[in-house]
Amino acid sequence: MSEQEPITGIEAPIYLKYNFTAGAAPARFLSQVKRGVLTGQRCPLCEQVYFPPRGSCAACGVPTQEEVVLADKATVESFTIVAIPIPNNPIKPPYIIANLVADGANLSFIHLMSECVNEDVHIGQRVQAVWKPAEEWDYAMDNIRYFKPIDEPDVPVDRIGKISVAGWEG
Amino acid sequence: MANLAAVVGIGQTSYTTKRDDVSIAGLVREAAVNALQDADLTWDDIDAVIIGKAPDMFEGVIMPEIYLTDALGCNGKPMMRVHTAGSVGGSTALVAASHVQSGTFKRVLTVAFEKQSESNAMWALSTPQPFSTHLNAGAGGYFAPIIREYMRRSEAPYDVGIKVAMKDRLHGARNPLAHLQKPDITMKEVEESFMLWDPIRFLEACPSSDGACAMVIANEELADQATKPPAWIRGVAMRSEPTMYAGREEVNPQAGKDCAADVYKQAGIVDPRRDLDCAEVYVPFSWYEPMWLENLGFAPEGEGWKLTMEGATSLDEGGDIPWNPSGGVLSSNPIGASGMIRFAEAARQVRGDAGAHQVEGAKLAMGHAYGGGAQFFAMWVVGAEKG
Repeated sequence: MSEQEPITGIEAPIYLKYNFTAGAAPARFLSQVKRGVLTGQRCPLCEQVYFPPRGSCAACGVPTQEEVVLADKATVESFTIVAIPIPNNPIKPPYIIANLVADGANLSFIHLMSECVNEDVHIGQRVQAVWKPAEEWDYAMDNIRYFKPIDEPDVPVDRIGKISVAGWEG
Repeated sequence: MANLAAVVGIGQTSYTTKRDDVSIAGLVREAAVNALQDADLTWDDIDAVIIGKAPDMFEGVIMPEIYLTDALGCNGKPMMRVHTAGSVGGSTALVAASHVQSGTFKRVLTVAFEKQSESNAMWALSTPQPFSTHLNAGAGGYFAPIIREYMRRSEAPYDVGIKVAMKDRLHGARNPLAHLQKPDITMKEVEESFMLWDPIRFLEACPSSDGACAMVIANEELADQATKPPAWIRGVAMRSEPTMYAGREEVNPQAGKDCAADVYKQAGIVDPRRDLDCAEVYVPFSWYEPMWLENLGFAPEGEGWKLTMEGATSLDEGGDIPWNPSGGVLSSNPIGASGMIRFAEAARQVRGDAGAHQVEGAKLAMGHAYGGGAQFFAMWVVGAEKG
C-alpha cells in the first residue's frame, strides 16, 4: 500500500455546450447572413453604422433600428500574422487575422484573410469575402470562409471606417 | 472626503509556470500568510476579505471564492469577490481600500490570484459566438493589430518593443519572486525569438504563471501603529468603457486617460514623469510600455517610445522614471493577481522595501492595471507620506 504514488492532481476536461440567445438585432443579422446578406444598423444620433449590429450604439446609448445592407467588400484597418494553429480549422499558420471595416460600416470586425502573400498585407488594403458554398450556410459569420485581397486602390488610412458607400474607387 | 488608509502588509508567492505543490486554496493562503507576517498581524486582526481573480474559465473552477473562505480565515467574516478581467487585481485592491476609506472596516485583507496551469487561459478567452468567426487567437491576437496601429502612427523604431522586453526582464532578474529569470537577456535574443502574433515576438509577450498576491490595508489609526512603514493611499481611480463602438480610440483609450487624470488630481500630481518616482504599469506585451507612457501622460502622444529608448524607464540605465522595476507583467503573469502585484510593488517601493529592485529614495509611486479589450482601468498612487 505504501508503494502507491501519491495523487497530486487529476485531469478533468470541461466541455461547455450552450444555446446562444441572440436577441432582436443579432437574430436579424444572423437570419440575413444565413441568406448570404450582410446587414448593419445605423445609429439615429451619430449616424455611424454598426456591423455586426448589436441593437444599440454604445457611444450614444440609444437603440439602433435602421437596417443597412452592406456589400461583402472591406478595408484592412489592422491585422496580425498568427503563428499558432486554430484547433479544428484547416487553415495552417502562419495566417492573417485582420480587423476589417466593411464598406459602409464605421467600425471593424475580425476575420481571417487568405489567398494573400502575408508579407504584402497592409493597412488600407481592399478585400472581399470568399463564401462557403450556399448549401453550407448557417446562422453564423463562418459562412464567410475568409477575405481575400482584391485589385482596388488602397483606402487612405485617415478615411478607413469613414467612407460611406461600397465599391471605393480611390 | 475619504478617510486615510494605508498598505501595512504585503505578501506574494513566487511566480512560476506550475505550482503543483499547492491547490488554489494553498496558493492564496500562502500569499495571505506572507502579508499577515509582513504586517505583524494574525487572522483575528482582519475584519473582512476582498478577493479577486480573472475569468473563472481560466481554471475551470466556477466561483472559487465560495470554497476559499476557509483558506483565507474569513469564516464568520464578510467576503466579497471582484471581477474586472485582467485589471481585477487592481480593482480588488481599490475595492478593499474603499472599504477602509469609507470607515466600513478598520483593516481588511485583499488577495488576488491565478493558477494558469490548471487550465488554458488562451482557449478560455476564445469562446465561440455566432456573430463573429471563431479564431482562437487569445489576447495576443486581439492586441497585436492595435500595437501595429500604434507603430504606424508613432513611426517608432521597430526595436522599441524589443528594448522593453529586455529591460523588464533585466528588472525581473533583480526580483527573486519573478517567474522569468533572464539576467543575461539581450535585444538580439528578443529579436530572434519566434514571431507569435506579428508584430509580437515570443519574448515580447508575458509568460503564463501561477501565483497570488495579498495586502493588508488599514485605517489611519491602525496604520500609525504598524511595525513597518505604511504605504499611504493618496489616490484611487477606476474607469471603464465599452469594448466596441464606432469611433472608439483603441490605441489610446479615453477611459485610461480619464482614470489617470482622476488619480493624479487626488494625489496632487501635475506632471507624472516629474512628480512620481516610479510606476508599476500593466504591460503584458512589450509595446504597451510606450503606448501607456502616452495614455498616462508621461509623454506627449506619439513620443512615449522616446522615453523607453532614452532609458528613462530603466533601472539599469539610471532612468528618471523607472517603469516596472519588479520586472512587470512581462516577467510574471498570474493574470488575476498581475494587477495587484503592480499595486503591491508600487507600495513596496514607497515603503523602501523592494530589495534589489528598489528605486532609491522612492516616495511616490503609481500602480496601474487594465483588462478586457483595454476597457477596464484601475490605478492608485501610494506615498511614503500621508499627503
